[in-house]
Amino acid sequence: MMNRDECFEILKRHITNEVVVATYSSAVEWNDLNPRDLNYFSHGAMGLGPSHGLGVALGRPDRRVVVLDGDGSLLMNLGCLVTIAAAAPKNLVHFVCQNQCYEANGSHPLPNPDVDFAGLARSAGYTNVHDFKELKSFEQQIGHVLTQEGPVFATLHVKNNRSLVYNYEDLYKASRRVALKAALRQ
Amino acid sequence: MDAATTTRAEVALTGAKIIAAVKQSGVEFILSVPDIVTSAGLLFPIADDKSLKLVRVCKEDECIGIASGLTYCDKRALVLIQYTGFLYSLNAIRGVAVEFKQPIVMMVGLLGHEPERLPADSGRYGVRILEPICDAMGLEHHLLSEDADVAKIKPAIEKAYTESAPVVFLVGRKPS
Repeated sequence: MMNRDECFEILKRHITNEVVVATYSSAVEWNDLNPRDLNYFSHGAMGLGPSHGLGVALGRPDRRVVVLDGDGSLLMNLGCLVTIAAAAPKNLVHFVCQNQCYEANGSHPLPNPDVDFAGLARSAGYTNVHDFKELKSFEQQIGHVLTQEGPVFATLHVKNNRSLVYNYEDLYKASRRVALKAALRQ
Repeated sequence: MDAATTTRAEVALTGAKIIAAVKQSGVEFILSVPDIVTSAGLLFPIADDKSLKLVRVCKEDECIGIASGLTYCDKRALVLIQYTGFLYSLNAIRGVAVEFKQPIVMMVGLLGHEPERLPADSGRYGVRILEPICDAMGLEHHLLSEDADVAKIKPAIEKAYTESAPVVFLVGRKPS
């Protein structure tokens, strides 16, 4: 089991001009660590993060798209795994942070906390699939994961090691959407 | 039937004209879950049209997210779904299209609708409630029942992208 913020610190070192689509707790954590115009938080409904990511990946095949999903979120949109695999964007990397609970809604457990997301993604048809439980292994392989042919999927088995401040008004403010669009036009 | 309804039942809605209008509006991507109302007249021809990029989607609300992502890349998309899927997607439409003011363009087949009637007069509860739901959510909507209605498509799509607002086309008859 890894700390999510440590995973994201490692990920941050590899992020340059990628669009990062992050959901709920992952979005809050990522924004704390790496605020930037190319972060995409306005997904509008739980579960839709990877769908937004697919849209960007299809619209900008020249640009790498990284989705930082949550396990509760992904369970609300499991069909997206099949949609993404079928659309087959080579530039999409889909991480799910598996902390086994609905963290943003009181940390109640998932119906099945041990669901095998990597297995689901593999069955759905993702090109490359990973499952990380150890930080050292993640750190060694992240550069490779981010440059593999997509769609790539990786489960990050994480625990909540710090409390987050959820300021959704700030996270979803219109100026972020304007900045993202402008950044994508550059 | 009175004269007006007789005339309505005899008119046609041509799929090729709808597709042409959609293409003239700059739409490049079609995001769709199949719907029997639009299957033969729209989705099959679209699947064969190399100038359109068809994304086959598992569940309708995914289309709303995909369309939003494309919008950030200045790409136009049409969400082609059944009204049941539209109802399923209302929370996504609420969040993405309405609250985040994204130009999500939806074409919605009215399964079971009687083409000679207006949706408000449909014997189908699910069809009857669609326009009131759109009105309650502030969604601009247009009924496509005959070829004359196709002229609504391009200006409505242009308006959606100009104003960054959603628009819904209700397909009230199987396009031929």
